[in-house]
Amino acid sequence: MRKRLFSGARIVDPARGLDAVADLLVGEDGRVLDVGPGLRRATGSAAGGEVEVVPCSGLVLAPGFVDLHVHLREPGQEYKETIETGGRAAAAGGFTTVCCMANTQPVNDNASITRFILERAAEAGLCRVLPIGAVSAGMRGERLADIGEMRAAGAVGFSDDGLPVMDAHLMRRALEYTRTFGAPVIAHEEDRCLGCHWAMHEGEVSTALGLPGIPGAAEDVMVARDIVLAEDTGGWLHVAHVSTARSVELIRRAKERGVRVTTEATPHHFTLTHDAVRGYDTSTKMAPPLRPPGDVAAVVRGLADGTIDCIATDHAPHSRVEKEVEFELAANGVIGLETALGLTLGLVRAGHLGLSQAVALLSTRPAACFGIEGGRLAPGDRADLVLFDPDAELLVDPAQGHSRSRNTPFGGWTLPGRVRRTVLLGRDTFSGVPDAGV
Amino acid sequence: MTADDARRGELKPIMDAAAVERALRRMATQIAEDLASRGEIALVGIRAGGVPVARRLARLVAEAEGGPPPPIGEVDITLYRDDLYTGLEKPVLGETRIPFPVEGARIVLVDDVLFTGRTVRAALDELMDYGRPRLVRLAVLVDRGHRELPIQADYVGRRLETELSDRVVVVHGGDGERDPEARVELGRAGRGRP
Amino acid sequence: MSFARKDLVGIADLEEHEILTLLDTAERFRELNERPIKKVPTLRGRSVIHLFLEPSTRTRTSFDIAAKRMSADTFSVGGVTSSAVKGETLLDTARNLHAMRPDVIVVRHKMAGTAALLAKALPCSVINAGDGFHEHPTQALLDALTLRQRLGGFEGRTVTIVGDIAHSRVARSNVILLTRLGARVRVCGPRTLIPPGIEALGAVACDRLRDAIEDADVVMMLRIQQERIDQGGHYFPNTREYSRLYGLNLDTMRRARPDVLVMHPGPVNRGVEISPEVADGPWSVILDQVTNGVAVRMSAMYHVMGADRAEAAVQRGADR
Repeated sequence: MRKRLFSGARIVDPARGLDAVADLLVGEDGRVLDVGPGLRRATGSAAGGEVEVVPCSGLVLAPGFVDLHVHLREPGQEYKETIETGGRAAAAGGFTTVCCMANTQPVNDNASITRFILERAAEAGLCRVLPIGAVSAGMRGERLADIGEMRAAGAVGFSDDGLPVMDAHLMRRALEYTRTFGAPVIAHEEDRCLGCHWAMHEGEVSTALGLPGIPGAAEDVMVARDIVLAEDTGGWLHVAHVSTARSVELIRRAKERGVRVTTEATPHHFTLTHDAVRGYDTSTKMAPPLRPPGDVAAVVRGLADGTIDCIATDHAPHSRVEKEVEFELAANGVIGLETALGLTLGLVRAGHLGLSQAVALLSTRPAACFGIEGGRLAPGDRADLVLFDPDAELLVDPAQGHSRSRNTPFGGWTLPGRVRRTVLLGRDTFSGVPDAGV
Repeated sequence: MTADDARRGELKPIMDAAAVERALRRMATQIAEDLASRGEIALVGIRAGGVPVARRLARLVAEAEGGPPPPIGEVDITLYRDDLYTGLEKPVLGETRIPFPVEGARIVLVDDVLFTGRTVRAALDELMDYGRPRLVRLAVLVDRGHRELPIQADYVGRRLETELSDRVVVVHGGDGERDPEARVELGRAGRGRP
Repeated sequence: MSFARKDLVGIADLEEHEILTLLDTAERFRELNERPIKKVPTLRGRSVIHLFLEPSTRTRTSFDIAAKRMSADTFSVGGVTSSAVKGETLLDTARNLHAMRPDVIVVRHKMAGTAALLAKALPCSVINAGDGFHEHPTQALLDALTLRQRLGGFEGRTVTIVGDIAHSRVARSNVILLTRLGARVRVCGPRTLIPPGIEALGAVACDRLRDAIEDADVVMMLRIQQERIDQGGHYFPNTREYSRLYGLNLDTMRRARPDVLVMHPGPVNRGVEISPEVADGPWSVILDQVTNGVAVRMSAMYHVMGADRAEAAVQRGADR
């Protein structure tokens, strides 16, 4: 590979507090060689035609986005998504690293599945895929999965996501056992005793719609339980898709006490309220459900003040068979890789976040949260990059998406920002058609 | 009437109150001669325009015959129309009130204007659903032609030559029995229109 | 006064004038239902499909009589199995039914939002005959018709609805409709059966039956279903205790106005939510409700049918 010079971009590298117009030079090994102003003149005279120059004026150049929470459905549900189609959606959304959940068929509860996922991801070559192993064998909540072997094979965390670990004893043991491997237990917090067969958040909207609800307390009591268990075991708890004000507050207090707890929030939970369910659009159905405005505001505050470590999409593709049905029967989940940037920039436009903060929540902070290499642009770092136009707009058309599924509640929305190019170890994994002037 | 008048949709007088009174009186006399001598009759007005005509006819029949006025019923034909789903806003349903047994009755069905005949067809159907009358006759104040069904009136106040696009307006006033404001007017649409 | 909708999905969608149009037309149909020959040719040649995916005898019969009195042809599709069990989505089922070109689909389903789903997906008219705990608009309309006949109007009246509010589409539709027409609505039952945010729909919640029925012009009792307890919802200990606390009997009726009207959407659990003496007593308008049901459903079918064509005609008119 030739060296590549990304020239004249607004480089945002939150890890170093950098936000300035400069050039970035990528070496033949796909790593950052140099960052600074005037590199074009230096390399232009020295290296001549051996450097490919990528003009980037007007664009933001940031570390490639890192998503700690996606569902790629392979193996087993390739009609919804594959590692390749999911990778393409990730690249189109500016992501260079995604961590995929274990609820495939069969469940990723042993090293052979973990290796299979890594092999398929390498073949696709669209983004770095880091598997998350199951906490319990078959995600049945009965006995621990092969955590040590999966860790050795490359798993970055352990989760029965999609299902809560209802057995407190199993959760305690998982938090203890994973300490050895330095990986988090990622918890889907939902007390199923407080709401079985629920379809949305329990509140005035569920009452108006006549849909069975689940209270916010079902998330909160599990977050509280798991914080207590993490505190006692010294294990690492990562709360997936936090969605209520009280859970955010519980995590804030736990962090202050020094409990090893991290968390993430999804774009749909910081953007939509439960009012979006009116009309019974099944693409507004997910777990945890969309919450009332007070919860949404608390999630936004949590992102702004750092209580919530990062943004994760919980990209959950489903086909029409799972979604074109009665609301109560519809599968939980929405796709999110291609709308994450726009919705996050929505928080910037609304004044809740600065641009550098937004970039950090999508790249630097999730990478740091799981201890994954990436999310930084210093010399020697992986040249995983995203180039986006913060002033362009994206009209969301689910039919034009790169995912195999279309289940987004944002169809027809106009979102700020457009990804122009995504770069994985120096190579383009996505390059969009510019509207004008790029 | 000038073309300008037509474009403004001005109405040309056809019958004044006196002419309406004369026509109704003539019809009542005929009805009394034909029917009343052969036993009880009843008048049924088709809502809305036929109802005041039926009321006045009933009084005049009673005068002509010298007995008590015949019973009066009203039919609302909305549910029997054949044009409910042709894209017009649905009419408000009126009440059908027939306070005498239809079975075996001699009935004069009354309307103000006879045009395509479809309204009368619907009214006949509705009447039959109340029972089997001995006979039914039809009385109208104005027959403006352009029939689309084989229906003719037995008693006609005035036959009027009209264009298909004309409007015939019957104005009712007063209490229905006496009507000093009653009149018939013709509105002619602009030339060249079908 | 008009009603130009293709569908009748819920009371929540309706403006006050649309509700009044449906009621006024129903009043005429009620008169028609007293004639010796109760059939009119209004919907001759039109097809009505009754898609009942939840068992129901009364409502289906009421809709069927309504359709047939207007000379429509009716077809029943049903059984209690959800289409999803057969490996077919509800939309597949609906599209298949629509391919047979019905004019109206009357749908009853145990899940909320299904009528809205069909109304959105299909070009034919859809009438909601009850979707889960969401809405049962024709029930609320027939209740309103009954009350209007008895009380003359709704302004300043108080209606108390007692029972399992949380799992009642009848309660939801009635709360919305009655408040929209100017009545005050109280809901009463164990706190476990009062859904959160019911106030947002316009109702006031009461804990005790005697407070709830005091000064009320109308008391509407809802059916208590044993299976709610059997399914482990922990709503109340048993029907005996429920009956003692929330049942309407001659004793509790002493707290009510002497001219109070007692309603029940049926089927009545005699001895549980209402005692036989009250259900059959002079206050009861339960049979009026049933009679009005046919008239209201005729009105609903009359108004939704052909609405798409009416819109098309308006559109053509606007084009000229």
